[in-house]
Amino acid sequence: MAHGPEKGIGRWLFSTNHKDIGTMYLWFSFAMFLLGGSFAMIIRAELFEPGMQLVKPEFFNQMTTMHGLVMVFGAIMPSFVGLANWMIPLQIGAPDMALPRMNNLSFWILPFGFALLASTLFMEGGAPAFGWTFYAPLSTTYAPSTVNFFIFGVHIIGASSIMGSINIIATVLNMRAPGMTMMKLPLFVWTWLITAFLLVAVMPVLAGTVTMMLMDINFGTSFFDAAGGGDPVLFQHVFWFFGHPEVYIIILPAFGVVSAVIPTFSRKPLFGYSSMVYATSAIAFLSFIVWAHHMFTVGMPLAGELYFMYATMLIAVPTGVKVFNWITTMFRGSLTFETPMLYAIAFIILFTIGGFTGLMMAMAPVDIQYHDTYFIVSHFHYVMVAGAVFAMTSGIYYWLPKWTGKMYNETMGKAQFWVSFIGFNIAFFPQHFLGLAGMPRRYADYALQFAEWNMVSSIGAFMYGAAQLFFLYNVIQTIVAGKPAPEEKTWEGAEGLEWTLSSPPPYHSFTTPPEVK
Amino acid sequence: MLSRLKRLVAYALTPLLLLSFAGLSSAKEASGGSPEGWGLLNLPIGVSSLSRNSYELHMILLWVCVGIGVVVFGIMFYSMIAHRKSKGHEPATFHESAKVELLWTIIPVIILIVLAAPATTYLVERYDTDEADMDIKITGYQWKWQYEYLGEGVQFMSELTTPESAIYGDTPKSEFYLSEVSEPLVLPVGKKIRFLVTSKDVIHSWWVIDLGVKKDAIPGFVNETWVRIDEPGVYRGFCTELCGKGHAFMPVVVNAVPEDEYNSWLADKKVAVAAERELAKKVFTLDELMAQGEEAYNRSCAACHMANGEGIPGAFPALKDSSVALGSVKTHLDVVVNGVAGTGMQAFGGQLSEVDLAAIITYERNAWGNDTKDIVQPVDVLKFKQGQ
Repeated sequence: MAHGPEKGIGRWLFSTNHKDIGTMYLWFSFAMFLLGGSFAMIIRAELFEPGMQLVKPEFFNQMTTMHGLVMVFGAIMPSFVGLANWMIPLQIGAPDMALPRMNNLSFWILPFGFALLASTLFMEGGAPAFGWTFYAPLSTTYAPSTVNFFIFGVHIIGASSIMGSINIIATVLNMRAPGMTMMKLPLFVWTWLITAFLLVAVMPVLAGTVTMMLMDINFGTSFFDAAGGGDPVLFQHVFWFFGHPEVYIIILPAFGVVSAVIPTFSRKPLFGYSSMVYATSAIAFLSFIVWAHHMFTVGMPLAGELYFMYATMLIAVPTGVKVFNWITTMFRGSLTFETPMLYAIAFIILFTIGGFTGLMMAMAPVDIQYHDTYFIVSHFHYVMVAGAVFAMTSGIYYWLPKWTGKMYNETMGKAQFWVSFIGFNIAFFPQHFLGLAGMPRRYADYALQFAEWNMVSSIGAFMYGAAQLFFLYNVIQTIVAGKPAPEEKTWEGAEGLEWTLSSPPPYHSFTTPPEVK
Repeated sequence: MLSRLKRLVAYALTPLLLLSFAGLSSAKEASGGSPEGWGLLNLPIGVSSLSRNSYELHMILLWVCVGIGVVVFGIMFYSMIAHRKSKGHEPATFHESAKVELLWTIIPVIILIVLAAPATTYLVERYDTDEADMDIKITGYQWKWQYEYLGEGVQFMSELTTPESAIYGDTPKSEFYLSEVSEPLVLPVGKKIRFLVTSKDVIHSWWVIDLGVKKDAIPGFVNETWVRIDEPGVYRGFCTELCGKGHAFMPVVVNAVPEDEYNSWLADKKVAVAAERELAKKVFTLDELMAQGEEAYNRSCAACHMANGEGIPGAFPALKDSSVALGSVKTHLDVVVNGVAGTGMQAFGGQLSEVDLAAIITYERNAWGNDTKDIVQPVDVLKFKQGQ
């Protein structure tokens, strides 16, 4: 079986092939995206008008918690790992990933992690209801016993991420084609390399956090229990030491995708390649030293609060550099607006708006008003959905013809983009108003003055949700009935080794290393 | 193609227009009345120096962001219109310039330094809790607030009064739906008030947007913050840290009054406290205790153990047919007064009056078919507390 895939289910169960594993990651993450999305639909349906109509508050809290956990750990992170699996060997001229068996393992433990997590929905006590940030002691002393399933689920998901990251690091450092020096790597490979180091550094911190919870709950320790001499604020420090790099883990690969799409449809090389690499590294470094800006109301000393405020403001600088570079890449190019480009442009605009609100929230004295309101809900959906998910969608439209050898329907792609873009903004822009006017986040029900904008937001959310089914349709339609992709390059302006291979690429990608000049 | 472009421009600019609208409308608000519905767009200016400073910094940031956005998106849209392949624009080939990279690194740094100045000043002011005229201890519970006027011997619980029937749509919603409480925190205007914020169970956060105060209530910690309220009025706020299923149902209401009005309120309150203490010596009948017990139970216990006493399986135990409610009175007293360590069961001894405690325990032992016929009098509670 050296030269082709196995037949039947064995091809997937025992696969060590980077493309098959990448495909499984992508489909798994899309399934999780729909699951997490359906939780979001329940949330928005309940918030459509004041009063409790559909669910009880305790179930509402389970929905907000599971929505966050599933989207962050089940949808966004694995989708980018899937993209990395598919694209990194193709982009560096390798036959496969460096550690194919570990690749298989890192994917196949993932469904079990999420099965553990989702099974709590059907148990007495219910699913985790303490927010995706699971602050102690709500998640320890006051949690239902199902929290243990959550803890083991997080352990498994974390192990999967660490293995995936080690594999990416090993592949990028060892498997590059001759002549593919570090400073010639496509930016998607660079951003993933840096992301992988972030993951290896912080996933163990998350594992440590949930292990301390496990000890507190079951074995009588008091890491986070003030009554036993512990410290609930310690939980937040440890969690956000993981949690802040985590948000860059989510967004850096998205930067990589956009840095591939923008030059292609501008027909002009990426502006400031090396400054992009340095900016990404700077963001990664800063991500480790700003965590307590999530905690401006916990009662830190003044000096600590000032430090975290200043350090956080600094992140605006390298992030700005990246946005300016993308726009300068477009400047004086020869632009066309196919679906991947529309998504990439929307990414730049909406991510920048999310960046603006991020800058506003860096300012401690006013963040005290923004903290834990819908203003921050809006902010992180602008960077996570319009940032990471839009970039992911852009990447899928961009590389789908390469993966399948078939071309998606451009009109349908564009239509899907506009429904998605408009729905997203209707859903999340009004949440800025709600937050500024004083509506706290994670509220199952709200005072009457918030009714109007909540209704608007819900309508937008349903629209955005529907757009994702439309996306699923587009992808399946392409695979089943798409027209063959153009023989040469799919995209006129596309550069990179992946475009030197056939569409779909051969099973073992580059069996002889290409020469990179 | 061109119409699509126009749409793109329109949608991209909508946020900016809305933001500037937000700025304008807030300027109008300053003249009075809090906005609601569609006009609810921006941070209120509020009634303390803290909230005003937050508002001012917020508006500076908003306009700086709008300014940067106009320039950056302006260049982007210019390029999207002028440099289209469909117009026959040939791509340039430039792809780096150390000069511009340096420029757009240095300019943001300068903007940030300028912004850091007011932010630092305002933050330092926020941390200055010295020389307060009075101290209020705020304690968060699942799901209510307790206010204690330190040194005055006055303390009370402040709980949501919106009935469950209004939440579930069986009765109409009042004007202050989910923003109304049994007893507001009464504060004098013009005085520097220090808040000492803590919690007895999970983390809560006490927030009143018009006062510009938000502080986490953390078990085992006492956080400090302060406010000086400039104008009398009723200011409503919320709990802003997820604290369980009642998170949305523990609002804050502050009633700020002139100093003399505050002083007479405090004097009345002290008289009421003394009267309540007297009441604890009275002997009640079973019917009296059951009636008061039902009311107090629904207020303080039903959130977890439910009005029908059946609890929530897996989370909160049932009281109907339970070993505590049917077992010895002393154990029952112990659970209610001292709570159960390591669980969600709070110590109600310090939260409720002896009369309420006695009524609740009597009610729990006789309601829902728990027919023990036991009567627990307020004096029994008092004796139990003193006997500890």
